[in-house]
Amino acid sequence: MAKTETFQIRTEEAPLLPAPVSTTGLIGWMRQNLFSSISNTVLTVIGVIIAYWIIAPFVQFAFIDAIWTGEDRKACLPPEGSEGEHMGACWAYVKAYFPQFIYGRYPTDEIWRVNIVYVLFALLLVPLAMPSMPLKKLNSILFLGVFPIVAFVLLTGGNISISSYTWIFVALIAAVGVAIAAILSVAGGRDFNGVKPVLIGFVGTAVVLAIILGFVSANLGLSTVDTPVWGGLLVTLVIAVTGIVASLPLGIALALGRRSTMPIVRLVSVIFIEFWRGVPLITVLFMSSVMLPLFLPEGVTFDKLLRVLIGVTLFSAAYMAEVVRGGLQAIPKGQYEGAMALGLRFWPMMYLIILPQALKLVIPGIVNTFIGLFKDTTLVLIVGMFDLLGQIQSSFTDPTWSTPTQGHTGYLFAAMVFFVFCFGMSRYSIYMERRLHTGHKR
Amino acid sequence: MSVMEQDSAGAPARASLLNDPKVRGIFFQVVLIAVLVFVGYNIVSNTAANLERQNIASGWGFLENTAGFGIIQSLASYSETSSYGQALFVGFLNTLLVAIVGIFIATIVGFVVGIARLSDNWVISRLAYCYVELIRNVPLLLQIFFWYFAVLRAVPGKREKWSFFFDSFHLNIAGFRGPKPIWQDGASLIGIALIIAIVACIVIAQWARKRQESTGQQFPVFWTAVGLIIGLPLIMYFVTGMPMHLEHPVFVDTGPRIRQGFQLNVGFNLIPEFLALTAALSIYTASFIAEIVRAGIQAVSHGQTEAAHALGLRQSPTLRLVIIPQAMRVIIPPLTSQYLNLTKNSSLAVAIAFPDLVSVGGTVLNQTGQAIEIIGIWMAIYLTLSLVTSAFMNWYNQRMALVER
Repeated sequence: MAKTETFQIRTEEAPLLPAPVSTTGLIGWMRQNLFSSISNTVLTVIGVIIAYWIIAPFVQFAFIDAIWTGEDRKACLPPEGSEGEHMGACWAYVKAYFPQFIYGRYPTDEIWRVNIVYVLFALLLVPLAMPSMPLKKLNSILFLGVFPIVAFVLLTGGNISISSYTWIFVALIAAVGVAIAAILSVAGGRDFNGVKPVLIGFVGTAVVLAIILGFVSANLGLSTVDTPVWGGLLVTLVIAVTGIVASLPLGIALALGRRSTMPIVRLVSVIFIEFWRGVPLITVLFMSSVMLPLFLPEGVTFDKLLRVLIGVTLFSAAYMAEVVRGGLQAIPKGQYEGAMALGLRFWPMMYLIILPQALKLVIPGIVNTFIGLFKDTTLVLIVGMFDLLGQIQSSFTDPTWSTPTQGHTGYLFAAMVFFVFCFGMSRYSIYMERRLHTGHKR
Repeated sequence: MSVMEQDSAGAPARASLLNDPKVRGIFFQVVLIAVLVFVGYNIVSNTAANLERQNIASGWGFLENTAGFGIIQSLASYSETSSYGQALFVGFLNTLLVAIVGIFIATIVGFVVGIARLSDNWVISRLAYCYVELIRNVPLLLQIFFWYFAVLRAVPGKREKWSFFFDSFHLNIAGFRGPKPIWQDGASLIGIALIIAIVACIVIAQWARKRQESTGQQFPVFWTAVGLIIGLPLIMYFVTGMPMHLEHPVFVDTGPRIRQGFQLNVGFNLIPEFLALTAALSIYTASFIAEIVRAGIQAVSHGQTEAAHALGLRQSPTLRLVIIPQAMRVIIPPLTSQYLNLTKNSSLAVAIAFPDLVSVGGTVLNQTGQAIEIIGIWMAIYLTLSLVTSAFMNWYNQRMALVER
């Protein structure tokens, strides 16, 4: 051994080598995700084959072999002599029928009214759906309160004849309110402060009803368009939007009723919810179209669309109630106790403390109910109404466009429309879920 | 407690009954009952008046009358001379058949797709994702129409066929045909053998669990059960002298053109309406089940897997003994509601005229005008099915639920 030991110490860092080619970039990704083992490779191959089986014929049908222009069925028929094995989608047929699919048989001269409703709907919905937009309260009042009435007048033409009994009934509500308030102020004594809310509630309801009735019955110079000529996407949207807008308050009321301490209110809510959730929508629609007329006094008739709307609303209200109940249960008890400790009564507590939190929590659930309702609107074709699918189905009887691929094309178009709406909504619900996930939720 | 007593005793008497929540509660409930009774009375009296005006006698007597219409598929004996009540019963059986077959297929497809969505393999998980998103965002009715009017119209016509499995199963526009087992004398012994085998399996499973709990030794219960359930009836089948033969469907392709095609009532036949409805229902519901399964498996924390691996369990026992039992707890409640949804959605059969409860009921309703009774029967049956299923699933769920202190 020598006295002086020589060390070899490196004073500068070794240069960083690039990662092996097989672990980075496309190759690395493929090695990791597609071919990591023998079984994985087999799965990849099988998956690719399945995807090819599905995608190739679809692309062939919808794009490569498709016919985009034409005047009638001749354009879409297979050429003479061929067996018709290369037939594509007949988009010319969809193009020709497009107005019907969107508006049904709504008179062509009046279509601008439907368009205004569509534009108003989009203008009010988009800012409501974007969390960063201001004026949420005003926006919701416009969307949930004003828009439905404006849309109703625009679509039907307004000028509804309202019997004098209805006006008397409205006046009666106001009178009853004043009477109850008078009795309460006498009976309640000095420390009773329930007179003002009663007065505001009854008289306010009467005033709002009077304004709505006045507007609806006013002659605005619009020609009347009866609901049987409505159709296509218009009917789909009318049923879906009315169903959701009307079922939300009803659902909240039912959910509160189910959690109420009053036994009879709870029992009625439970029976109502479980009944509507236990039967299929189609029987509800049959009920509203066959049985509802029997329930009404002689001479009173309902519009068919309105009957369907009632059925759909009651049905989705039960589902909405369960969604809202989920939200109410998720609110910690401390929130209720805190509100009560502040001296809030039941309704102010619900309105100011509990419901804002609970409803925010269940926005994804509400959107999911809406998606379900939107898809379920197709069922109205069974009771003889023409929603988008019904309109497409009825167009198959037209000999002008009768070709072997007409059905496939029509269904493909319907599927695409429904997919765009539903997928959009489900992405929105996922987005809201992420946004509302505050991090301290278990 | 004492504070409350003191409070109620010490506080001055309330100024007014109007501020007492108890009194208010009773008041509102009385109002609610009054409104309900009023509405109910109006409905009943209006209905009675309307029925009288339309000359419809309410009551269940019409169920005894002769139906006079045929039903293309029935599990019970039925002919045109049977009564309306029997027709509705046949419809009910068809609803049950679609629901059970649909639930069976949907569960299998749903679990496969749900697990595929969690696969490490990018192609497989993407495929499963596309399946789920495409299927559940398109209305079920549209899918039923698609299967019935688009897919099943593409199969061969009445006088041709596609055959599978050594020429024993056939598909054409008239339906899916296959051999039908014909049982002869002594076949009931095979059924008895099957029941005995099932009972034996339950007993063995219990004994094996007790033994494992006391000694730690495991017993191959699964393979024993497979052997018993398949083996015992098979032995009995040969012992009794093979009392069964297969009745193959007969396809005539000679003779006059009008007589060509499959002979009626030979072999078993699944009508195209049934195929379309079952396919659409099970594929649609499977997409929801897949999401439930994925969520359930993801709900089991990864620490469970790591702990199981740390205990020395391999991949498959980890899944079987640790992950799946915990995932099932999350999966079962929403799975139940999907089963119920499928059962209720089977009522869409009316759109393609498959003779289920709603479809047959609709025919009866049109013929007799007994709207209230028919809709009442529908709702009662679906409600009963719903309540029974949820009761069963609640019981099962309670058994599976976490036992906490």
